[in-house]
Amino acid sequence: MASIDASGWMQRNGRWLIIFPPFMFLLVFFLIPFGFALMISFAQTAIHVPPYTSILSVTSGPQLNVQLHLGNYKYLFTDEVYVIAYLYSLRTAFFSTLICLALGFPMAYAISRTSKSTQNLLLLIIILPFWTSFLLRVYALEGVIRENGLINSVLLWLGLIHQPLQIMRTSLAVYLGIIYSYLPFMVLPLFATLEKLDHSLLEAASDLGSRPWRAFVDVTLPLSMPGIIAGSMLVFIPAVGEFVIPTLLGGPDNLMIGRVLWDEFFGNRDWPVASAVAIVFLVLLVGPIALYQHYRTKELET
Amino acid sequence: MPRRWDLSRRERTGTHMRSGPSLFLITMLCLGIAILYLPMLVLIAYSFNASALVSVWGGFTTSWYTQLLHNDQILDAAWLSLKVGVTASTLAVILGTLAAVALVRFRVFRGRFLLTGMVNAPLVMPEIITGITQLLLFVTMLKFFGWPHRGFTTIVLSHVAFCTAYATITVQSRLASADRSLEEAAMDLGSGPVRAFIDTTLPIIFPALASSWLLSFTLSLDDLVISSFVAGPGASTLPMVIFSKAKLGLSPDVNALASIIIVLVGICVLIAGVLMRRAERQRLADLQLAGE
Repeated sequence: MASIDASGWMQRNGRWLIIFPPFMFLLVFFLIPFGFALMISFAQTAIHVPPYTSILSVTSGPQLNVQLHLGNYKYLFTDEVYVIAYLYSLRTAFFSTLICLALGFPMAYAISRTSKSTQNLLLLIIILPFWTSFLLRVYALEGVIRENGLINSVLLWLGLIHQPLQIMRTSLAVYLGIIYSYLPFMVLPLFATLEKLDHSLLEAASDLGSRPWRAFVDVTLPLSMPGIIAGSMLVFIPAVGEFVIPTLLGGPDNLMIGRVLWDEFFGNRDWPVASAVAIVFLVLLVGPIALYQHYRTKELET
Repeated sequence: MPRRWDLSRRERTGTHMRSGPSLFLITMLCLGIAILYLPMLVLIAYSFNASALVSVWGGFTTSWYTQLLHNDQILDAAWLSLKVGVTASTLAVILGTLAAVALVRFRVFRGRFLLTGMVNAPLVMPEIITGITQLLLFVTMLKFFGWPHRGFTTIVLSHVAFCTAYATITVQSRLASADRSLEEAAMDLGSGPVRAFIDTTLPIIFPALASSWLLSFTLSLDDLVISSFVAGPGASTLPMVIFSKAKLGLSPDVNALASIIIVLVGICVLIAGVLMRRAERQRLADLQLAGE
């Protein structure tokens, strides 16, 4: 009977032994840190270690005082560098996402129409760079777009241009970097939805007299919406916070918020302002992240 | 009567036959794949360039590779990255498997919603935010508990957090499709639930565990932004060293190092892919067997 008792105990408490470790780990090392960032965004810079004041103080009483310093947030909206950087980041991420979608949709659609074994091969080809070092791929792109890189060499050789194009250190380089780095993030979720697409619906549409283009707009596009949303969010959200690409490929004008945050933190060592930048940034992203989560849970349930 | 002809053609080919991709789609696919691979191929080619001027081809050489072996800064960083990668991905696979079991097997429990969120959010959260928030946590913890000191420990902890997310997703999808009847049979024969799980389901999901380990390892090996925040002044991982050099422009020794990493990671991903495919084929074969 001992074994039955043991399994009964396992059933009652074993669940928590399984849930507890990952739950607590992610709670402490992923979720709670956001609380600290929020707290420190209300503190003031100070010259000690760590470089900020405590917002909590105990005065005689004993009484716990909370002192919230709103100056960091006010500063973000008065110094136009931050507003410009937020807007530039959102705009760059938005247009990069659109271009990724325009390029990624036909790719995913093409893969979904090939045979099963070709599909696996093509997916592997797309996934490989997805996992290959992000930093190194951005670095590698520099070899292609620099002044005497591949693109300029080929164009000069073809006689299409007579002067090398200046791509590095411009907005165009940042766009190319984001599209190149994030394209697989767009293709994979799109493929996942397009693969499940019921092709008999398209045939029904064409039987009913729809032209291929109409059938695509009326049937394929609405049905692939979950993939479009998931892919777009997977590109848009990290692209807004991109740091490596504007730093390595962009020029001094391509001020993205990730770079501002980095400089504030490492250059100025102003941790409270950096925290405030991060919190405002997070608030901007809550909508897109919630949208992504919503579609992801819906997809897992079906 | 074109429509009748259409119908008969479809009957001949069978409705389940998909029409292949059009020329436009194939062109776009090739273009996309070229965009993805061209820069890496150019990089690898230039790592064998004898000329120190990165833009001019000066003949074939492997000297940049041998020079790497004498660069202590790079070797130290590579060693730290490997240690971090192995530790973090091992812990992440353990935590990720537990989380996947919780999410797949226990339909309802308190905190399920929160766990789902915490597993998915790191996949989209910009690294720079994760990095800064985790650093603030570590600094506060150090002040109150005297632990963890910035360096190896903090890098591992932060990597485990985002690798756990990826590991959970990979194992979760495999576990959801795993057949439970064997496990139930084992339990009917008197095995406890843990024993039954280890004896029957664990072998089935093992390829998913192996591939999520490899993928976590490559993610950890690649991370720059989060590591830079939490590493502290003493420790530098390989991407941190590469980044500080890359900011100054292209250099032949970084080209060589980058080529090694790209090939190494490529092999890891290929193995992971093969493992997953073999498992998938096995599963389909099992299903067919069960059907007959």
